[in-house]
Amino acid sequence: MSGDRDLVVLGAGMHPWGKWGRDFTEYGLVAARAALADAGLDYPDMQYIAGADTIRNGYPGFVAGSTFAQALGWIGVPISSSYAACASGAMAVQSARAQILAGFAEVALVVGADTTPKGFFAPVGGERRNDPDWLRFHLLGATNPAFFALNARRRIDVYGDTVDDFAQVKVKNSKAGVHNPNARFRKEFSLDDFASSPLVSDPLRLLDICATSDGAAALVIASPEFAQRHLGTLEGTVRIKAVATTTPTYPQVRLELPDFATDSTAVVPAPERGFKDSIAHDAYEQAGIGPEDLSCAEVYDLSTALELDWYENLGLCAEGEAAKLLRNGDTALGGRIPVNASGGLSSFGEAIPAQAIAQICELTWQLQGRSEGHQVDNATVGLAINQGLFGHGSCTIVAK
Amino acid sequence: MEGWFTTTEPYTLIGGKCASCGTFVFPPRGGACPNPRCAATELEPTPLSRRGRVWSYTENHYAPPSPFVAADPFEPYALAAVELETEGLVILGQVAAGVMGADLEIGMEMEVDLDVLYTGDDGEPRWVWKWVPATPSSVTTTDNGASA
Repeated sequence: MSGDRDLVVLGAGMHPWGKWGRDFTEYGLVAARAALADAGLDYPDMQYIAGADTIRNGYPGFVAGSTFAQALGWIGVPISSSYAACASGAMAVQSARAQILAGFAEVALVVGADTTPKGFFAPVGGERRNDPDWLRFHLLGATNPAFFALNARRRIDVYGDTVDDFAQVKVKNSKAGVHNPNARFRKEFSLDDFASSPLVSDPLRLLDICATSDGAAALVIASPEFAQRHLGTLEGTVRIKAVATTTPTYPQVRLELPDFATDSTAVVPAPERGFKDSIAHDAYEQAGIGPEDLSCAEVYDLSTALELDWYENLGLCAEGEAAKLLRNGDTALGGRIPVNASGGLSSFGEAIPAQAIAQICELTWQLQGRSEGHQVDNATVGLAINQGLFGHGSCTIVAK
Repeated sequence: MEGWFTTTEPYTLIGGKCASCGTFVFPPRGGACPNPRCAATELEPTPLSRRGRVWSYTENHYAPPSPFVAADPFEPYALAAVELETEGLVILGQVAAGVMGADLEIGMEMEVDLDVLYTGDDGEPRWVWKWVPATPSSVTTTDNGASA
């Protein structure tokens, strides 16, 4: 399928996920070079460089586009640096996409990389009493897993999900991730492993919650005209059909990181679509497709239970039916709509600014039939979705 | 947090209320009404309903990182998101010490209380709001927060 706002993914590359604590730039360069090699292009061919920011690595992290451009060598092209928490990667892709669609550039390099501290994500240091992210830790100890747990508890008490359903998400994802050379955790987990996993934020155990990781991902994307000249044909190319960086619509009625409260429904009723539903909806509208057209999806399983929420947000099933989809094996490799065939965050851990880009790399390889051992049969349309705190939506659809 | 709750009984959380469209916000803030269809720039500090119903809850079993000031040894505690009907807000808070997830369920009635968050280097207590299950006796008292 082709549309008049399609872009072509010419190359995808990653630095494998892990935990080494080295300079994030080092990982980013490995991913960038891998994407360039995959595209068959030289770095000086790039006409635009988009970096996805990380806030935990000082100034170089805040100006990631510049950091990578300087590290690869200045070539005098425009750059951008995007921060949108977990959605930073999608925002960087969107920045490059907008430049290309506007005709300012024909080909762009997008890079995201992070290095992460051990343990819970904590707010940036200092005493910042006007920063809700600082305050939610200080006043409530409301960690990220605590927010994930509030949603998980709703699934149990309202929809009848069980903690075993949550564990089965990890079992499924780990089974796929074993075969992914870029995944950090390449071990199959079973339900038995959960019994000995410590409770973090009830009902979620340590194994239900994704780790924080080092890693990097990069893409080379281009206009169809550039791709046609470079490849000689557009036959079989992977296209970016949609990138939705949607915000919530007032009132936001779901308690979301890092807020103390929802918006009020006292005067304005809840919108027709909640925030996460609307991210997917906007991407489907851009691509002109619906959930029934998907071959596979990469969703942000920050927690196992959160993966189930996404099934419903994506319209793969009705609200409250996600566990049934999982139990049927519909979202496993070989099922009707495999979800997180990469192994997901379960197998990767999260390298924040790289993760949304990595999701697109994984989908690209699925559509190209290059995901040996965890390949989705005949994949033609893939969707990646996530959400960054402070109201950042991120949904990308690729198709060939 | 000065201005987020009353410090004399009856304890209430304080939100912002738009004098123009009537919507609420917590924590209180200035500058602009959060309703995008309302141009008001003034929000009046308003005591919120003392009671609401549990929307969801969890327990923290690991000490949260700084800037949380965790007791040593750390004691697990519960957090609850409580829905205030009049204001249409769901507000997160710690649950009073000793009340754990097993004591909570979605839909149960809670009320707001104050508790010591930690004792500062100056020896003075720092206060925070906490949710406590509404007791049968307190259920019979009037909920005077929303209209105050």
